[in-house]
Amino acid sequence: MTVRVQEADFDLGAELAALTAGNRRIGGLGVFVGLVRDVAGDAAVAGMTLEHYPGMTERQLEAIEAEARSRWPLEASLIVHRVGRLEPGDNIVLVACASAHRQAALDATAFLIDWLKTKAPFWKLEETPDGANWVDARESDDAAAARWNR
Amino acid sequence: MKVLYFAWVRQRIGFGHETVSPPDGVATVAGLVDWLRTRGPGYAEAFKDTRAIRCAVNQEYVEPDHPIADGDEVAFFPPVTGG
Repeated sequence: MTVRVQEADFDLGAELAALTAGNRRIGGLGVFVGLVRDVAGDAAVAGMTLEHYPGMTERQLEAIEAEARSRWPLEASLIVHRVGRLEPGDNIVLVACASAHRQAALDATAFLIDWLKTKAPFWKLEETPDGANWVDARESDDAAAARWNR
Repeated sequence: MKVLYFAWVRQRIGFGHETVSPPDGVATVAGLVDWLRTRGPGYAEAFKDTRAIRCAVNQEYVEPDHPIADGDEVAFFPPVTGG
């Protein structure tokens, strides 16, 4: 049940080891890692800067995580989101959910990243050959989040 | 009342936060936007198409008819693109 927003990179192995340490009820761990790509549509991307709304970001992530815990029997969960300037290949976000069985772990992980993408106040400014562009929100992200509505 | 701007809303207005005292009669988010638009060309540009802007009051998403009061923290920003 941890939410962190940070400039620093994260060590995937260390994060997952810490998440599951000491809990022998965990039988499955779902993990999503988002990375910076070097293209956006047809444009090359040299890097991006992630801006966020301090305070609201943490509040929204904690609310999303609480919603996941109300829907699935999770033993542990973790969201780490980076901010600041990132380059292609860099980690952006880590979402991990641990449960007794795989289905809850995988579904809760997909739910968290889908909801995060439409609710958590982060914005990406991409560096392209034509200059810096704010990334537009995608309808496909709204559709991905909407499939969890009930 | 503290007002915050993020991403291209911030860039068009020229700064990220300010403290404002809207006149009596400005009672909702929509009313605040109408008043902010009168404060300069950057505001008018930022709030040109309000369908492209989201609002939070005290760090919770709200709709344009949401009431606002002195002491609130009101934020305007584009649809989010994290993850």
